[in-house]
Amino acid sequence: MMLIPCPWCGPRNEIEFHYGGQADVHYPSDPRSTSDEDWAHFLFFRDNPKGVFTERWSHAAGCRRWFTVHRDTVTNEIHPDDSASAARTVTR
Amino acid sequence: MAEPYAESPLATYTEVLSRHSVPGRIDIAERPFVAQVDVRVDPKSPAAERIGTALGAMLPNQPGEVAVAGELSVLWLGPDEWLILGPEGSQETIQDTVNAALDGDHAAVVDVSANRTILSITGPKTRELLNKGCALDLHPRSFAVDRCAQTMLARAGVILVCRDTQLPSYWVIVRSSFARYVADWLADAAVEYGSGSG
Ligand SMILES: [Zn+2]
Repeated sequence: MMLIPCPWCGPRNEIEFHYGGQADVHYPSDPRSTSDEDWAHFLFFRDNPKGVFTERWSHAAGCRRWFTVHRDTVTNEIHPDDSASAARTVTR
Repeated sequence: MAEPYAESPLATYTEVLSRHSVPGRIDIAERPFVAQVDVRVDPKSPAAERIGTALGAMLPNQPGEVAVAGELSVLWLGPDEWLILGPEGSQETIQDTVNAALDGDHAAVVDVSANRTILSITGPKTRELLNKGCALDLHPRSFAVDRCAQTMLARAGVILVCRDTQLPSYWVIVRSSFARYVADWLADAAVEYGSGSG
């Protein structure tokens, strides 16, 4: 069981959260001219590091906000994302 | 024509809950028909401030904070979401108050009174009982009076509200479709506090 720090509610049990995969995967800026290969990379290709991974979580059973953390995939140690803007922006 | 009527999700559970309550140790009862209005609005907008003024208490901006204004309680559910609780039948008045304060500005104001019911749990064993199925630290030091939390109790999504730390007394606000499950779970979890044991 992991204790995940929701930037709003504080540390909560893993079962309250939804996993959102790798963070900072941006929608292509010009979809019309994006090649099939680039689409494939946007849709299906993700990093798979042994070590610190920046990823998205949603506090599904709590405040229902998405946020970003850095998790070590070896130890499951989780560190909050320090950029305050990312942590406490009101997003829907 | 059929007369409309209200029946709470735990209407048939009154006897079960009182049978599993233990005088002086734990009391479990439904508080049916509490008016509930969900409000979503930009917390930094003038509209949010006008709503606070109209309700008599600013929309709380700290996670898990409950603001009390007369008979109303305003629960923080998220940075732009609140649940207003009021006396039975007051949902329309609450909505009218909020909508008038909005004055046409963008927000969501929804009557969700039938979405959840409330289980009131009171007595010295309350925290112990809740912590059998909830991982939150309920000690008054971290979960004081007029604090709320959306979390899980026995794997069911609930809103917990601390009403009193001395008695102590808590509200478990649970979706109607989960109410009987949670009531059964609470009744079972309270068995050990019955006479001659625990
Ligand atoms: Zn949260």
